[in-house]
Amino acid sequence: MINIVYRLKAPKFFEEAIDEIELDGVVVRPTYLSICQADQRYYQGSRPAEVLEEKLPMALIHEGIGEVVHDASGEFGPGDIVVMIPNTPLGEDVCRANYSYNSKFRGSGFDGFTSDLIKLESSRVVRLPDGFNPAVSAFIELITVAYQGITKFSELAITPKDTLGVWGDGNLGFITALFLKERFPDSKVIVFGKHLENLNLFSFADGNYQIHNVPDDLTIDHAFECVGSSASQSAIEQIIDLINPQGVISLFGVSEYPIPINTRMVLEKGLTVQGNSRSEREDFIGVVETLKQNPQLFEYLEKLVTNVCEITTLNDLKEAFDIDNNSNFGKTILKWNK
Amino acid sequence: MIFAAILAGGIGSRMGGTDTPKQFLTLGNKPVIVHTIEKFVINENIDKIIVLTPKNFITHTNKLINDYIGDSENIIVIEGGETRNDTLMNSMKYIEENFGIDDDSIIITHDSVRPFVTHRIIKDNIDAARKYGACDTVVPATDTIVESINGETIQSIPVRDYYYQGQTPQSFNVRKLFNLINSLTEEEANILTDACKIFTLKDEDVHLVMGEVTNIKITYPYDLRLANTILEDSND
Repeated sequence: MINIVYRLKAPKFFEEAIDEIELDGVVVRPTYLSICQADQRYYQGSRPAEVLEEKLPMALIHEGIGEVVHDASGEFGPGDIVVMIPNTPLGEDVCRANYSYNSKFRGSGFDGFTSDLIKLESSRVVRLPDGFNPAVSAFIELITVAYQGITKFSELAITPKDTLGVWGDGNLGFITALFLKERFPDSKVIVFGKHLENLNLFSFADGNYQIHNVPDDLTIDHAFECVGSSASQSAIEQIIDLINPQGVISLFGVSEYPIPINTRMVLEKGLTVQGNSRSEREDFIGVVETLKQNPQLFEYLEKLVTNVCEITTLNDLKEAFDIDNNSNFGKTILKWNK
Repeated sequence: MIFAAILAGGIGSRMGGTDTPKQFLTLGNKPVIVHTIEKFVINENIDKIIVLTPKNFITHTNKLINDYIGDSENIIVIEGGETRNDTLMNSMKYIEENFGIDDDSIIITHDSVRPFVTHRIIKDNIDAARKYGACDTVVPATDTIVESINGETIQSIPVRDYYYQGQTPQSFNVRKLFNLINSLTEEEANILTDACKIFTLKDEDVHLVMGEVTNIKITYPYDLRLANTILEDSND
């Protein structure tokens, strides 16, 4: 069937394109989408020129929910609200599908969610319970990245989890700290950030420090780096300084630059450094279930919804990306009416 | 109930150089009309799709539907009329005879040669027809509109901001449309070739639904070539 897709043709320039989809899977009409930093880097043209040359034109956005329009298998009914999984395995692998070279990722390896309709395999959608806040549900994908990192951490950590440090006072830092507190309620979750006004929003945490104002005697058992970009370097340096021996450092922050790490101290302390990227179906199921069982989490997560932009034209989409780019904190949600 | 009427009654006098009506020509790997019908088939809100074709194309259309879409109880192919109004009236008669005319039902009427219509446009049509009783799909005019009655000199250049280009679907409350078409004199019926125009001349509000620039009508051979090029481009 003919489908209309709204692609980024060049930085800051969207265009309509005509595509065809088969009706052998689940066809979803997107309703609420959310802009991620990765989308913003394509939109602003801050990815290397050869990457832009290779990947564009491409529809952006890999965080979002939608309404089922059609499902050939009958597993989903029209009107079902689902969260869409951007990772798309194209073959078996010995590793998790979100790290497999056999997987493609929406808004990176192929078209993201900005289109009239989206066709997905039924394993790439998870039904949402009634009453989920749609603006928060739009960024469930981002929550699943934190969730899968926390799950991996809990399998790796061998020393006590009394004090957990989260570096970064942005969206991912907020979500990671919130879900750590939910998963390990007896642990102390301490947040390290740069912006006092952001740190004040982490009211659920057991403490927070500005990175230049940390007490000399403070130590942590394990750390979560949610900083990214060139600032990752100073964050990782501070983590290695404060972390207790045999702690786990979970890295989440994406950087366009190579980040030097003080390996001497990694060796001396016997640290484990764990990389995290993307997520898989079990993480989506886990997050949806966690939110269902703990509806109070929505109250905290709603604080991240800083902009809701209705999109009826490609110009609206451009404006939403510009608004998002000027926001220091929070998520820009696209109410998709295009 | 929600009905969709796919208007495929035209014989394509503007297409030139071919005996096959434009809705039956191939776009990508399927006839244009199949692409168009698919948009309505996957919309589960629509209860019945009425396809109106020239009489000698009914069997052909049924075969195409069977080949490309499969068995579908929701699709019926019937004969269109001489004019657009006649075709619309035939769809009304079919509804009257098989389902009855009621106050709540709506009909989405759509050109069979607009296969690029989106799910969003159809949804907005359903919502607007339910809420307002009538709606038309439009896009803001981008070219300057020039009025010339004698065809030689300009009489006026209207303010472009107030002008839109009409697309389809056009959607209506079934009873309202039925009553209005039935109320036309023969003279009116010959002039009023657009159902929305009937509504406005009878002082009924027609709500605007935003269309898409991609929702083009395949009228001339050039349009079909262009559409095929765009589609091939996306499949590369």
